[in-house]
Amino acid sequence: MTVEKFDAIVVGAGMSGNAAAYTMASRGLKVLQLERGEYPGSKNVQGAILYANMLETIIPDFRDDAPLERHLVEQRFWVMDDTSHTGMHYRSDDFNEPAPNRYTIIRAQFDKWFSRKVRAAGAIVLCETTATELALDADGKVIGVHTDREGGIIHAEVVVLAEGVNGLLGTRAGFRKVPKPEAVALAVKEMHFLPEEVIAERFGLSGDQGCVIEAAGTISRGMAGLGFLYTNKESISLGIGCLVSDFAATMERPYALLEAFKGHPSIRPLLAGSEIKEYAAHLIPEGGFKAIPQLFGNGWVVVGDAAQLNNAVHREGSNLAMTSGRIAGEAIAMVKSRGRPMTSENLSLYKAMLDKSFVVKDLRKYKDMPALIHTNSRNFFMTYPQLLSQAAQNFVRVDGTPKIEKERATTAAFVKARSRWGLVSDAVRLALAWR
Amino acid sequence: MTTSLVRIEDKLYQNRYLVDAGRPHIKVRQHQSPSSNLLALTLVCPANCYEVNEDGQVEITADGCMECGTCRVLCEESGDIDWSYPRGGFGVLFKFG
Ligand SMILES: Cc1cc2nc3c(=O)[nH]c(=O)nc-3n(C[C@H](O)[C@H](O)[C@H](O)COP(=O)(O)OP(=O)(O)OC[C@H]3O[C@@H](n4cnc5c(N)ncnc54)[C@H](O)[C@@H]3O)c2cc1C
Ligand code: SF4
Repeated sequence: MTVEKFDAIVVGAGMSGNAAAYTMASRGLKVLQLERGEYPGSKNVQGAILYANMLETIIPDFRDDAPLERHLVEQRFWVMDDTSHTGMHYRSDDFNEPAPNRYTIIRAQFDKWFSRKVRAAGAIVLCETTATELALDADGKVIGVHTDREGGIIHAEVVVLAEGVNGLLGTRAGFRKVPKPEAVALAVKEMHFLPEEVIAERFGLSGDQGCVIEAAGTISRGMAGLGFLYTNKESISLGIGCLVSDFAATMERPYALLEAFKGHPSIRPLLAGSEIKEYAAHLIPEGGFKAIPQLFGNGWVVVGDAAQLNNAVHREGSNLAMTSGRIAGEAIAMVKSRGRPMTSENLSLYKAMLDKSFVVKDLRKYKDMPALIHTNSRNFFMTYPQLLSQAAQNFVRVDGTPKIEKERATTAAFVKARSRWGLVSDAVRLALAWR
Repeated sequence: MTTSLVRIEDKLYQNRYLVDAGRPHIKVRQHQSPSSNLLALTLVCPANCYEVNEDGQVEITADGCMECGTCRVLCEESGDIDWSYPRGGFGVLFKFG
């Protein structure tokens, strides 16, 4: 039997794996991609907002046939207490541009489309195949992977670990650790179906315009967490996620949280009459810059969620995944074209290129944010939202109380809840982490 | 308690699964009394796969598992559980995701 050897094996057919496989295959490399799901996307969960720019870099004409739901014209940020929301809305006609900047997508459908492009570029995509372990030679260089199919090791010059937040191969080989409970959020999500015209009417949309809501406050019951509501063409994606460490400490039931979010008086009317067709759960990397593991080694690189490349502050993940996958693919193709071996030294090119990109720059900017949020979750997700809605109500309710007294009551409520020193220190720490 | 159990089953009923009968991908190691994290899973697992049995030990039925990895993050390092993905093609199958 002749042993077939690939230039590269990509483990995973999510955002990062597809970007890497496409980039390498279209540069003529012999690529094998393994995916454990029945089809690419069948295991993947996202909100999902797609950032066009990062996909455009890989597939410039993606708008021609990608399954895009709505292009976003409106973004709402809500701070919620139990009965109200205070919000900032941004809507602009500028987003009705010829090549829109952000779209909602449905991952199972999007990943299938992306995978067709990967195949068309020349990669071999093998689904229903779980990679079980990396194969290493006596010197510790990765030489391929073991799978749950018969036939032993599949050999390659380099393995791209695009196995997602919960990847097993890299951790089993000791290349990185299983994420800590405070470095990942558990999100639960439902798909609510409604007629297209009902969605358009409820959110004031026409054509394929879309609206998204990001929400924080007492909905996460003091845990560090966020809720979201995204409009698709004929459905609404609704979900909520909180740090796993907070779930373990509070023993809150994730789906009870989701039920309460759905039942909130500000959310309920937006979903009225919908038919729920799916309930999903997935982790989101939240550890930020300080949680990024070793990104390359002898015969391997790691990309996307598996490398914690996720910007929790801006809720961006798929674009960092696509970009890291693309850059890894480009670096590998460069090493190959120079006729060099896939050693750790040569593959360090991937990290050097990634460090120069927005991926690492953005994560570095917010490097202190995860720790701040983690240690202050009750203030940021319970106390302040409550204070803010009391202040808003105090401001708008007309009941004969002199305005000066209303203002004093609002200030007093803030000081009582957090003390003057607490308020100043929270503001300073937030500003420093944001800087 | 019961109402939420009923509701989670209704939720999971909407999902598609291909169960690898007789080959569960997650196993709870034998224990006398569960650790606090293992016990937390009886509430925190989004598919309600973990339950306390009559003898006070935590058991898993992984059929409704959505492969999120929460239990792995909380309990693999301590050795409370063995965690793996299902064999290729088995497990949860998201239509939308
Ligand atoms: C609820 C939620 C909402 C989100 N919203 C947004 C958003 O709006 N915008 C945004 O940009 N990002 C969002 N994200 C983040 C985004 O989904 C991820 O950052 C992105 O999917 C990461 O891509 P990836 O390729 O690294 O991993 P994944 O997409 O998880 O892909 C990993 C792939 O590897 C496969 N795999 C794993 N192990 C093996 C193995 N051993 N053998 C074979 N195959 C394997 C898996 O089946 C999967 O297909 C959200 C995430 C969640 C959970
Ligand atoms: S992986 Fe997630 S859904 Fe499956 S048993 Fe563990 S916590 Fe529950």
